[in-house]
Amino acid sequence: MAKAKQERAGSVMVLGGGVAGIQAALDLTQLGYYVYLVEKSAAIGGAMAQLDKTFPTNDCSL
Amino acid sequence: MEAGRSPNIEILSNADFLGLEGKPGAFTAKVRLRPRYINADKCTACGLCTRYCPRHLVDDYNEGLAITRPIHIDYPQAVPASYFIDPRACLHLQHGTCQICVPVCRSKAIDFGQQPEERALQVGAVIMSPGFGRISEETLAKFGFGKHPDVVTSIEFERLLNPSGPFKGEVRCISDKRHPHRIAFIQCVGSRDLGCDNGYCSSVCCMYAIKEAMVAKEHDPEVEITIYYMDMRTQGKDFDAARRRAEEQFGIKFVRARVADVMPWNDQLRLTYATLSGSHHFEPFDMVVLSVGLEAPKDAKGLASTAGFELNQYDFCKTSTFAPLATTRPGVLVAGAFHGPKDIPESVTQSSAAAGLAAGLLRTQRGQGTVTKSYPAEQNPGEEVRIGVFVCHCGINIGGVVDVPGVAKYAGGMEDVVYYTESLYSCSQDAQEAIKEKIRQHNLNRVVVAACSPRTHEPLFQETLKDAGLNRCLFEMVNIRDQCSWVHANEPEAATAKSRDLVRMAVAKARHIKPLPEQTVPVTPKALVLGGGVAGMTAALNLAEQGFESFLIEKSGQLGGNLLKLDRTLQGDKAADLLKELSAAVKKHKLITVLTNSELAEVNGFVGNFTSMVRTANGKKASEQSISHGVIIIATGGREHVPARVLGKEPVASKKIVTQQALEQQLAGGKAKAPASVVMVQCAGSRGDDLAYCSKVCCNHAVKNALRIKALDPASQVVVLYREMRTYGFAEDLYRQAREQGVIFIPYATDRMPEISAKGSKVRIDFYDPILQDQVTMEPELLALSVGIVPEGTKELSKLLKIPVNADDFYLEAHVKLRPVELPVSGVYVCGLAHSPKPIEETIVQAQAAAAKAAIPLVKGHVEVEPTVSHVDQEICIGCSLCTSLCPYQAIQMVQLENKQRRAQTIVASCKGCGICASHCPTFAISMGGFTDQQISSQIEAFGREENRND
Repeated sequence: MAKAKQERAGSVMVLGGGVAGIQAALDLTQLGYYVYLVEKSAAIGGAMAQLDKTFPTNDCSL
Repeated sequence: MEAGRSPNIEILSNADFLGLEGKPGAFTAKVRLRPRYINADKCTACGLCTRYCPRHLVDDYNEGLAITRPIHIDYPQAVPASYFIDPRACLHLQHGTCQICVPVCRSKAIDFGQQPEERALQVGAVIMSPGFGRISEETLAKFGFGKHPDVVTSIEFERLLNPSGPFKGEVRCISDKRHPHRIAFIQCVGSRDLGCDNGYCSSVCCMYAIKEAMVAKEHDPEVEITIYYMDMRTQGKDFDAARRRAEEQFGIKFVRARVADVMPWNDQLRLTYATLSGSHHFEPFDMVVLSVGLEAPKDAKGLASTAGFELNQYDFCKTSTFAPLATTRPGVLVAGAFHGPKDIPESVTQSSAAAGLAAGLLRTQRGQGTVTKSYPAEQNPGEEVRIGVFVCHCGINIGGVVDVPGVAKYAGGMEDVVYYTESLYSCSQDAQEAIKEKIRQHNLNRVVVAACSPRTHEPLFQETLKDAGLNRCLFEMVNIRDQCSWVHANEPEAATAKSRDLVRMAVAKARHIKPLPEQTVPVTPKALVLGGGVAGMTAALNLAEQGFESFLIEKSGQLGGNLLKLDRTLQGDKAADLLKELSAAVKKHKLITVLTNSELAEVNGFVGNFTSMVRTANGKKASEQSISHGVIIIATGGREHVPARVLGKEPVASKKIVTQQALEQQLAGGKAKAPASVVMVQCAGSRGDDLAYCSKVCCNHAVKNALRIKALDPASQVVVLYREMRTYGFAEDLYRQAREQGVIFIPYATDRMPEISAKGSKVRIDFYDPILQDQVTMEPELLALSVGIVPEGTKELSKLLKIPVNADDFYLEAHVKLRPVELPVSGVYVCGLAHSPKPIEETIVQAQAAAAKAAIPLVKGHVEVEPTVSHVDQEICIGCSLCTSLCPYQAIQMVQLENKQRRAQTIVASCKGCGICASHCPTFAISMGGFTDQQISSQIEAFGREENRND
């Protein structure tokens, strides 16, 4: 995972690694941009990772 | 979560945001990475360190309901999948002692020498998605939280329901661990409450309370659940249906009442509540769940000043109705709950939209920062089958139950297996290197990994195969964790025997697996946008900003759609301004071709390669043209419903009865006069009459018109008869404002509907007032009906495009939560009222999201196709076309061969590999890549081989 390149044009910073941040990051890479996903806690996932099941599909939220 | 695997996402976790300088296209963002004290590249997430760590720590992830250790991981699926040390409690970091974890860690990942690191990131745009904050303990204390252990928040309750939660998924009282028999939910805790300065509605609590109540009922059908609410705000798509199910199927009780307090009562809790009529009641419960609202993030002020944008009065991000995701600083966007309280689908939609906006902003920089991985050329596997089997211990996760060395050795004894081994963590980075090495060394051409779930790890191993020059389909995965060590944790011998069975079956299948070609389909980089309202125009503009051409097809003679009928939004923005701005921009843009008076007549093709016939009326004549495009965005909108039934009866005809939209038009302009008295009736046609669903915008519409009347003439009398006022989010403020200005809101019940009648030029309404507890009769100057919204022409278009609609004729999305703007047919996207009723702001966001999603195949220039698609053997096919009618993705078509025979053919770009066609083909002409009949039968045969089973 050596991605230590410092200077990059075409990058976007996404601040907050909850479901919103992760989705934005994934879409940005698909649209051709490099993403720094900055999260203050130790792992991404945010509040959704705490949920048991989600309405209406009852999918596991992880 | 796939974010962890993308080479183009660098996750900087444990990081603080320090500053943002520069301008759009060239920002410098400063972040500080706090040390984890664990080398994330080395950590295999085995969990040994947590077992040895002597210190206890309250587990924040489980809402403080459980205990963990300073060295831990929040949950096993966390990304990055690396443990970390919480410096607040670590003995070494606090007192310089212990360090027991250092020798325990077998991969030598623990590094107490790590220091904070500051980094400056060069970025073109920023998306703010910090989420939401928590309601203060002080507010929760009003309901006994903190004093009585069995008063829990809804997030705590969520953890109680979860199998990885504190009681392993059993709902138990915190006080004495008993199973609660009676549970109460209290709504609007920390929302719609000026007492805690949260005047807004949090929008999501009603729905999650219903979900939690239903899940709790599934856990224990005996439990009695009551939800105490002010208004059930289930305004989202299909939400009302869930509420009905909760009531009718699950027997959950809904009581409209405000809870005054929660007091201990023997070993139970006693709720005091007041109903609409003003009477007080008491009710005992074992557990009380507080449906806590969403607050602005705790550090919102700091974040806003660091990044240089403004907040609204509640410390959420300040935005405007017509540019919902732009913060006050150009180049800085917002997505998710920080924009305002919202649920997951809306957050996800906003994220895609923000991504699309950022992509438009940085169009000239596209592709400059990304890396693409290259792989060695694929080798031909040759005739001889050479299988390698790798069995994983997963630390103690599998190895603690299953005899892993035994299973590996057993695999080694099987035919064609030329290499076998076991590994501690076969998913670790060094294990991947080892697999590549063994593939080369032993010339392996099939790989079987017996480990965890292919759902999470198959792509990783397939990647390793590709790195080693093997086709990724020459891989077979056995899940001996979920299916053996987890479910048979108490029967190690049976778990081991089952592991041997599963490995034997996989090896049997592996003998027959073949390389499958990686296919790509080229894409025509143009879009067809159907509908020239606010949704369609926004989507086309966004695509144009990203550099893609689109054709905007509008049925009527002019652009605008419902904007033409609107005066102002609830927030007071002029609809005409937006219309002027959008239509001017659309007409001016070189990449957008507007076709008015036009309709889609025919569509052929599939994602990347659609060909459509568009019919344009020109006076009495019509001309047709053929358009090639790669994607379709449906923005066909909706319109005000014309009800066939109102309040359970035939509608009454009178000049004095108007719809809210007509009322709005009457009140528009500088010369408008307010009627002396108006009665508004909500849900007239919606939620039970003709339309089963809630139209989401009518309550806001009524409040807007009521405020307008009061502004024109404060003496005018306005009465709103409603079932539940659904002024969710910040609209709650305007609902309160309307009440303060003297608008009278009176609820009615469905078993006691208001009655409308007309006599001569007079209109009369009779209704029951639950506060006066008496029947009231009024003869207002005007009666305004909130009639709801219906989709426009979805029935016809859904047939043309072969896309399913739901029971209410709105398009059915591919995944309600995670893919809210994509439709089941690849390359087709939906936004606006065609998806479901929604206000302008949400429509704009959804249109931007649809444009972002639609741009993905256009950017790539090709569509990648999973190799596991169906294949029709046209020699065997009899052309019955059963498969074409069954395929849920329209991925099989009938073609005419040279000899004039009709045969089925898979459209690989659309095929999702579900196998429905193969299982139904009467002549077995269809086979699935990676799941051929031969492969599956060999697995079944291997399972039944007795001599192997009883070794």
